[in-house]
Amino acid sequence: MIADFFEYDFLRHTFYTGLLIGIIAPLLGTFIVVRRLSLIADALSHVTLAGIAFGLFVDKKFAIGITPLYSGMGFSVLGSIFIEKLRAVYNAYQELAIPIILSGGVGLSVIFIALADGFNTDLFNYLFGSVSAVSKQDFYLILAISVIIVTVILVFYKQLITLSFDEEHAVVSGIHAKRIHFLFIILTALVIAASIRIVGVLLVSALMTLPVAAAMRLAKGFKQMMLFSVLFGEAAVMIGLITGYFFSIPPGGTIVLASIAILLIAIGKKRLSYHSGGIAYGSK
Amino acid sequence: MADTIVSTTSLTYAYERKNILTDIHFELARGSFMGLVGPNGGGKTTFIKIILGLLQPDSGTIYLFGQPMQQFKDWSKIGFVSQKANTFNKGFPATVFEVVSMGLTAKIGYFKRFTAKHKEKVLRAIDQVGMRDYANENIGHLSGGQQQRIFIARAIVSSPELLILDEPTVGVDQENVQRFYQLLHELNHEHGITLLLVTHDTGAMTRHATDVVCLNETLHFHGDPKEYEKQTKQDLSDLYGHPINSLTHEH
Ligand SMILES: Nc1ncnc2c1ncn2[C@@H]1O[C@H](COP(=O)(O)OP(=O)(O)OP(=O)(O)O)[C@@H](O)[C@H]1O
Ligand SMILES: [Mg+2]
Repeated sequence: MIADFFEYDFLRHTFYTGLLIGIIAPLLGTFIVVRRLSLIADALSHVTLAGIAFGLFVDKKFAIGITPLYSGMGFSVLGSIFIEKLRAVYNAYQELAIPIILSGGVGLSVIFIALADGFNTDLFNYLFGSVSAVSKQDFYLILAISVIIVTVILVFYKQLITLSFDEEHAVVSGIHAKRIHFLFIILTALVIAASIRIVGVLLVSALMTLPVAAAMRLAKGFKQMMLFSVLFGEAAVMIGLITGYFFSIPPGGTIVLASIAILLIAIGKKRLSYHSGGIAYGSK
Repeated sequence: MADTIVSTTSLTYAYERKNILTDIHFELARGSFMGLVGPNGGGKTTFIKIILGLLQPDSGTIYLFGQPMQQFKDWSKIGFVSQKANTFNKGFPATVFEVVSMGLTAKIGYFKRFTAKHKEKVLRAIDQVGMRDYANENIGHLSGGQQQRIFIARAIVSSPELLILDEPTVGVDQENVQRFYQLLHELNHEHGITLLLVTHDTGAMTRHATDVVCLNETLHFHGDPKEYEKQTKQDLSDLYGHPINSLTHEH
């Protein structure tokens, strides 16, 4: 069955793309989680949906071939800029940006979907992901995005972690907090767009946060947490893709369930090690 | 002529029409160890935040290392320990080593890597605050006082020329307060680091500081600690509204 992934071209692209997003989503996700921006990722994914619906609509009505992934990415980046503006306006209530953007994204999506005369399988694939929807072009685009993401994180790792830990200290020590933060939110938009083909709009933020939540239980230090997150993310994507393909279920669902299973194991394992630690201590 | 590291002229800051700082003329000479005292709400933290560029004054000018603040770029020359050590992201899964390394982030810059030399610096800073055994502990697992010592290490790791500390010893136990003053003394004497220390511990300050400034909306005293002690008894008790007792009185 796994051999299928190498036999068929379209499956191979899916497989490689899965490997890529299994790295970049949890990698960026560690920063998203520690900065408490998980919901922003969710809001952005809904804006991405609006962009995809827009692409499908334009394609259908005007026969202008916009790749929906590109329009989704465009919307997502615009949405991220808008979120930053809103967060600046509502400085003391920064989380207000989330419902505003999220509902705006869904509202726009509904309008474009209706204008394009409703649902079709394409849209369904974007919502929940698909094993067979990744084209060669999609793969190359996602590969390019992945290279950008990993490079930027490598270059700005120190700044990102310093800023995430203590913004005041970062600013005083001369780090350009605003610029780094802006860069970061753009990266988030890109990762969402890249992941949507496989996990789907509705579940993409789960792939960015659940592996991190599991890693957080076990890791000591930030670097280790990043490493564990990526390992868990990869495992979830692989398990999800293969079972999804096998049972003909959209992989978004199976990947998220695999992530949750990993999370539960991580929580259970921590419990267990607490207990055994306690017993060992008590028996001294 | 002593070279001036920080100076302000006619600095004024108001919070919603309530004057917090009024017409502050201030100078900090290189090599000095200045204690900044004053009652709660006197504006000490506000003043420091303005010097660090975290708050914009309503009027007045600030010079840092001889440059107008707007042009000043070399922030790694300044180390800062904030009054509220708890402004940091609680539950952030970083080790003590990782946290202290963050003190070097801006200095290392974007494209250079963290080298063995940096690692050595970080370990030395952790050692200086007496936390060597905790280098690989999670910061969130330490007590408040221990965290505070880690933040002191983070501030000194980049070998700043000026160290600004806003009540850094709150929550630090007596023995470690002693060590802390010892450390400040070393930094000041042996490494020539200029210190600006906000504290309510006037006793320790008159022993260690070379200058004292008392701030309560305006500058009330600017000079020698011994002189300050003499004046304290009378004038400053009016200012605080109650008699001043040095917290630890021994000479
Ligand atoms: N964000 C704010 N909102 C309202 N008032 C503020 C704010 N920040 C500072 N203030 C006011 O500014 C004044 C000075 O505060 P500041 O923190 O500078 O005092 P301080 O001298 O550091 O006091 P402490 O010894 O308690 O640390 C206080 O009266 C405070 O009420
Ligand atoms: Mg204060």
